Amino acid sequence: MLFLASQAADLENISLLNAGIVAVLGYALVFVGLIALMVVVIALGKVFSRKEKKSRQAPAPVEPAAEAPAPVVSDAAPGTAGQLKLYDTPPKTAAMIMAIVADTTGKPLNELRFISIKEVK
Amino acid sequence: MIDIGQILLDLWNDSGFAALAAGFGEGGWQNLVMIVIACVLLYLGIVKQFEPLLMVGIAFGCLLTNLPNAGLYHQELWDAFMDPDSPAFHSYGAILRDGGLLDIFYIGVKTSLYPCLIFMGVGAMTDFGPLLSNPKSLLLGAAAQLGVFAAFFGAVALNLISPELGFTGPEAAAIGIIGGADGPTAIFLTTKLAPHLLGAIAVAAYSYMALIPLIQPPIMNLLSTPEQRKIKMVQTRQVTRAEKIVFPILVTVFVALLLPDTAPLIGCLMLGNLFKETGLTGRLSDTVQNALMNTVTILLSTAVGATMVGTNFLTVQTLSIVVLGVVAFGLSTAGGMLGGVVMCKLTGGKVNPLIGSAGVSAVPMAARVSNLQGQKNNPSNFLLMHAMGPNVAGVIGSAIAAGFLLSVFG
Repeated sequence: MLFLASQAADLENISLLNAGIVAVLGYALVFVGLIALMVVVIALGKVFSRKEKKSRQAPAPVEPAAEAPAPVVSDAAPGTAGQLKLYDTPPKTAAMIMAIVADTTGKPLNELRFISIKEVK
Repeated sequence: MIDIGQILLDLWNDSGFAALAAGFGEGGWQNLVMIVIACVLLYLGIVKQFEPLLMVGIAFGCLLTNLPNAGLYHQELWDAFMDPDSPAFHSYGAILRDGGLLDIFYIGVKTSLYPCLIFMGVGAMTDFGPLLSNPKSLLLGAAAQLGVFAAFFGAVALNLISPELGFTGPEAAAIGIIGGADGPTAIFLTTKLAPHLLGAIAVAAYSYMALIPLIQPPIMNLLSTPEQRKIKMVQTRQVTRAEKIVFPILVTVFVALLLPDTAPLIGCLMLGNLFKETGLTGRLSDTVQNALMNTVTILLSTAVGATMVGTNFLTVQTLSIVVLGVVAFGLSTAGGMLGGVVMCKLTGGKVNPLIGSAGVSAVPMAARVSNLQGQKNNPSNFLLMHAMGPNVAGVIGSAIAAGFLLSVFG
């Protein structure tokens, strides 16, 4: 009890040496805590990556092949810069992005060529 | 016939003007100075846009609390609340019975309710994806807590110069946490360790957070070479939804077991994040991010401002806190940058050290500064997502630092 009381007084009127010890210890503890968390997060990432790989490798259920209709190939409009490929991007967002790029660069849309737009997650 | 003269005299005697005039020599002047300070803070919040969402409330709380005879906040009630010999010791009943409006607001600060609810909102707004895709950024979040402990040490060291300038251990710990650049954490820790310094620490913390775009760049340029600042970082892996759901649960269990004192902060941060990531509790996530966050911000900022009573605030210690606060911010930035430089060297130049400074928390301002500095050196460089990793790691790091200081001095 007396020890606890004296320790509380020591911390209240902490000496420079004790403050130095507390500071170093605290900084080290933050590192230890976050390093341990990093290890856990890395392990978690590996588990989930492996799981994802497995699910990708698993063969898709075989269904009776149906005659796929021939893809409709439309003639490209004259002067087109080709088809724009969208990855996880809705057409409205893509249109907005293209408009922003045109506005920022100060060039009309028909002078710009967009090849693909991909959402970075 | 009523005595109109007497009524007017009573009105005058009850007015704050009379109180100011009568008590001018015995502390009344401090109220006037504080009203001027409140106006300066309002100017900073409204005109200079220094964290206006909080600064306006803090400044107005300060204005209200220093109006004589308004009876909105009673410092003496809170002094009695903290005095073990007083019958009102730890009695919220006494506060509710005798307190004013701002005393009742302040109960939410005293019980740590507001900082925790704000953290819940922060969690719901935070995407831990960049951290999960690059877990090494946790190291930068740790390195950037240097300022917390350096400022703590500095606050104790001031005792060597003059005991009037110096601080006790718990006070120094509360000042140090300014370096964490995390408002709710600073308020949480200060309320527990040094409630009489709350106003000064909150104002310093939020002012410096607003000044991050001015404080950080010179330190970032000083501690890195132009070649390092031009480094382009490659895109990290994609994180699955399941990982994002498991992460908040895992962090809560891990950090709360390591430092139980951080459980309220980390628990609320991660609960808010879980609301966001499940994809099934969109309504709750939306409420926490907007309605609840805004309501709590109003109560928190006004209550914190209310603690800026002249007798508490107009001291040499406040000046020391202002100086130590900027030192804490600077050193935290330097710590993160040095961590970034070391990581850059160890990875053979794959990490741009500028992302290290984002480890000081202050989400997302610090990450934006990293991105901006990167683009100044290489216009095609986009560091924002890479800097968000250390940025959110800084939130966890500062909560751990607060938990440590609380377990030592609490």
